[in-house]
Amino acid sequence: MLKEIICAGFGGQGIITTGILISHCAFETGNQFTWYPSYGAEMRGGTANCTIKISDEEIASPLAKEIDILVAMSAPAIDKFEANLRPGGYLFVNSSLVTDRKYRDDINVVEVNTTALAEEAKNPKGANIVMIGALIKRTGIMTFEGCSDAIEKYFTEHGKAKFNDANQAALKIGYERF
Amino acid sequence: MAERAIMKGNEALAEAALRAGCRFFSGYPITPQTEVLEYLSWRMYEVRGHMIQTEDELTGLHMLLGASLGGNRVLSTSSGPGFALFHEGMSYLCGCEIPAVLVDVQRLGAACGGIGVSQGDYEEVVHGGGNGDSQCIVLTPASVQEEVDLVQEAYDLAEKYRNPVIVMTDAIIGQMMEGVTLPDFKEHDINKYDWVYRPLKTNEMGKINAGWPGRSWTEQAKHLREKFASMQQNEQRWENVQVSDADVVCVAYGISSRVCKEAVKKARAKGVKLGLIRLVTAWPFPEKAFAEISKECKGILVVEMSIKGQTVPDVKLATKCGLSVYGYFSVDIVPDADIVVEIAEDIIAGTAQEV
Repeated sequence: MLKEIICAGFGGQGIITTGILISHCAFETGNQFTWYPSYGAEMRGGTANCTIKISDEEIASPLAKEIDILVAMSAPAIDKFEANLRPGGYLFVNSSLVTDRKYRDDINVVEVNTTALAEEAKNPKGANIVMIGALIKRTGIMTFEGCSDAIEKYFTEHGKAKFNDANQAALKIGYERF
Repeated sequence: MAERAIMKGNEALAEAALRAGCRFFSGYPITPQTEVLEYLSWRMYEVRGHMIQTEDELTGLHMLLGASLGGNRVLSTSSGPGFALFHEGMSYLCGCEIPAVLVDVQRLGAACGGIGVSQGDYEEVVHGGGNGDSQCIVLTPASVQEEVDLVQEAYDLAEKYRNPVIVMTDAIIGQMMEGVTLPDFKEHDINKYDWVYRPLKTNEMGKINAGWPGRSWTEQAKHLREKFASMQQNEQRWENVQVSDADVVCVAYGISSRVCKEAVKKARAKGVKLGLIRLVTAWPFPEKAFAEISKECKGILVVEMSIKGQTVPDVKLATKCGLSVYGYFSVDIVPDADIVVEIAEDIIAGTAQEV
């Protein structure tokens, strides 16, 4: 089953890394995936975004017209991509930044107070990982254990093993609260 | 042991070259291929090879020419505006029959153009490799895994024919990430071939002389014609997807071919008999792939991100102009699978316009 995801936010919010982490989760849980970034003039200030496709079959184009899941870390990200969601799709909103907003009524909106939850997990920089926890819980597209292992492996391989406990706490709080 | 990893196309290509035994890179960064240099800037050091960022692409190719003549497996990569500067070096490589693997990660437009994805370099790379009867083999990967597989194969082909091989990819295949299986490291013996230049030793160095053959041009022409004919006969590579019963057959390579694969699935689901010939070599053009097309086929649909539809003349030659050829040329936007299906339906209905 093909799942099409866009992660979007301000440049500098770690959106590209969020997409990479979701890709690693897909890979380690035995799925095929593609990850494609949007670079260029959007690098700073504007909306940075990347597209991830996850499937148990060969994936054609890595780009997506319609999506199943939108991870939106900022208001402009919602402006740009909410219309691309399929009816019944999931919109994960970073409610630490985006509040008092009307959404389409044919989609599932999940408001995640990423900053507060990350602080509660004693990992103030782990907002994106909190979001991934919420995402896998609500959509059920990957297992918690698989993603937990994948994220630990990713940071260990990138020389950041000392943050493993904090990152696991962020993932867990995102998963448990939604 | 073979390793599984997640990599960008450009990084996977670089790693695959190292695993094929490449220990020399000289070239210049340009979007969307910069990841190759970025990766090799630390990785080449780990495998005790040489990675040199030259002052421009022209120098990169000439430095590489010397390294290859010394027996090394060599690599240089670029994109449109930089690849244009490769041509003098490519002609030298062809004229002196020196193996090399070169890469063009295509980007948008003529001149400096833009950094976005496009497929406008086909004619330049496939038919315009350099002055003086130059001809390179051209491979066109459509996934990160195929970048790995074809780069490995490129080195074997380059040495088999003593000829440069070009891997022609695009901004999406180069910059997207997928899971890959990496092959084991191969050792390359720089003294493996007797044509390798060895100072103070006797060899046939006199015959490698800036493209001026150490024999008559008649003999040289016969030799090169036979070499090119052998490549054409033996090195055509392609992937056919549901071609034999297709009413319309797409022809595409790289990112466009991935979209066409999706289109074939979508079309078949609604009863439209669409097929795909995916080029894996652009030169030699895989004429043999077209033998599978049925007599009932209504036409060929060339899907390419270019202005001119540059694959069209090769398709017409491969079919001896025996089939109607249609086009969907999306230039700067990745083709849309639904539009591919719509055009296929128009072709079947007889309402589409030939190119």
